[in-house]
Amino acid sequence: MNVTQLSVFMENKPGHLQHVLKILADANINIITLTIAESSDFGILRMIVNDPPRAKKILHDASITCSTTDVLAIEIDDKPGALLRAIDTFARRSLNIEYMYAFTEKRGDKAVMIFRFDDIESAKKALSEEGYGIVKNIDIIGE
Amino acid sequence: MYFNKEYETMPLKKMRRLQLERLRWSVKHAYNNNPFYRKKFDDAGFHPDQIKSLDDMRRIPFLTKQDMRDNYPYGLFAVPLEKIIRVHSSSGTTGNATVVGYTKNDVEIFAEVVARCLAAYGATDKDVVQVAYGYGLFTGGLGLHYGAEKIGALTVPISGGNTERQLMLIKDFGTTLLACTPSYALNIADYIEKKRPDYDMRATKLRAGALGAEPWSENMRREIEARLGIDAFDIYGLSEIIGPGVSCECSAKSGLHVHEDHFYVEIIDPETGDVLPEGEKGEIVYTTLTKEAFPGIRYRSRDITRLYREPCSCGRTLVKMEKVTGRSDDMLIIRGVNVFPSQIEQVLMDIEGTEPHYQIILDRKASLDDVEITVEVSEKLFSDEVKVLDDLRKRIADRFRSVLGISAKITLVEPMTIARSEGKAVRVIDKRKI
Repeated sequence: MNVTQLSVFMENKPGHLQHVLKILADANINIITLTIAESSDFGILRMIVNDPPRAKKILHDASITCSTTDVLAIEIDDKPGALLRAIDTFARRSLNIEYMYAFTEKRGDKAVMIFRFDDIESAKKALSEEGYGIVKNIDIIGE
Repeated sequence: MYFNKEYETMPLKKMRRLQLERLRWSVKHAYNNNPFYRKKFDDAGFHPDQIKSLDDMRRIPFLTKQDMRDNYPYGLFAVPLEKIIRVHSSSGTTGNATVVGYTKNDVEIFAEVVARCLAAYGATDKDVVQVAYGYGLFTGGLGLHYGAEKIGALTVPISGGNTERQLMLIKDFGTTLLACTPSYALNIADYIEKKRPDYDMRATKLRAGALGAEPWSENMRREIEARLGIDAFDIYGLSEIIGPGVSCECSAKSGLHVHEDHFYVEIIDPETGDVLPEGEKGEIVYTTLTKEAFPGIRYRSRDITRLYREPCSCGRTLVKMEKVTGRSDDMLIIRGVNVFPSQIEQVLMDIEGTEPHYQIILDRKASLDDVEITVEVSEKLFSDEVKVLDDLRKRIADRFRSVLGISAKITLVEPMTIARSEGKAVRVIDKRKI
């Protein structure tokens, strides 16, 4: 029920993101959402794609450093204060968020947020206890 | 000016006699008191009694840096440990570091040869010598310190770095001679230009520099002399032989006089090991003639130079060597620290237990050596979290500082980005212009 995120190492230089995206495009991989974390000389491209194992293999074969990580995709009401309430839940339960980013599309009246926790199992348990909807891989890919 | 006129101006014939006599003692000492030398000589079918003339040296097998590493730490000492009063050591880990020991008498000789250098630059007991080489296991700081004390100069043991304080003491203490690396001398000039335009070096008493521990060119000499208003003299040495003071320039500034009553020098073809005639360029090989703790017999320095004898305007009869500008191996000299690419590789391998691809890029920034090490991020090293990669970078930098004593900027790069020529990665890019 976790979502698989594909992470790619890139130097923080012109043309490097383009190179990775072209490889994915040529292989007909669809990117559902993405974010980039940057430092002074490198960046980490994090993506949710429609076929993570195949995307990983294609990038790996092109000598691009990448890995897959389990993250949680959580449905949150698209209303003022809704994200605050979710974050408040994590704070109360001392669940540390490594990073997070938003989904580009809404699902009905819900927004979808991607969370990377240092302890994904505790986070899942906490979220279901609090009644949050956890989006499964299969929902996002839309198969 | 001389410190020990008898030896510094000794006629060649007399010097040759003295060298032969001392060489026989040194070789016998190594053979009788060190098992490694004994075995090495025996295996080569050489016995100290075979030395009838200086040419007989050619029968003696060479000593290499690898021999020193293999005998780490004390395996090449030829006196009991209680006779040893000091050690110096190169940077590195077990297996690639070298250690040299000194008896009381060795420390005296070390001080004497450095004193001769300082005298050759015109220094006396009226001088104030500021020693801005690093003090510690590196021979530069303590070597210059003992030499300066030996001539009776007021010696300021400030050690390296902290340029602001260096400038203050030059002014306040009336420093006349500064001992440091040539790149640090230029760094001081840069510092004054950028941060202390009010500081007038010409208004201080500083008049000379004893500059060594790294190769430098005539261009650098002109620049240092013009910008600091001093006479810049080269001081050369290697810890395996004694440290700084093996040879030095004189007022003529045309080649370095080798203190050949203590160190016998030969030039060999680095490929074949054959001794080359005087005047030809090749690798310089040293034999210590008087050292007790660690006799260096035919040590292959890997430094490329040329030896020649000519009447010198300073009056010294000692053989001259050209400024060393090349190496016959891949050793790098970074801010005066000797580093081999293999040591850098070892540090990286120790970190992750993997063998990452890396490249060392050397440049000069603000006149000082700048080290950047690029490391290709393999999937084993990679993480989706920035903090993990930042931490990796920091750990690599910390390890370089503690093991090799060099500060390096670590840059993480993508796989296959480091140029490979014929499949073999180009490990070192040296952009420094000296």
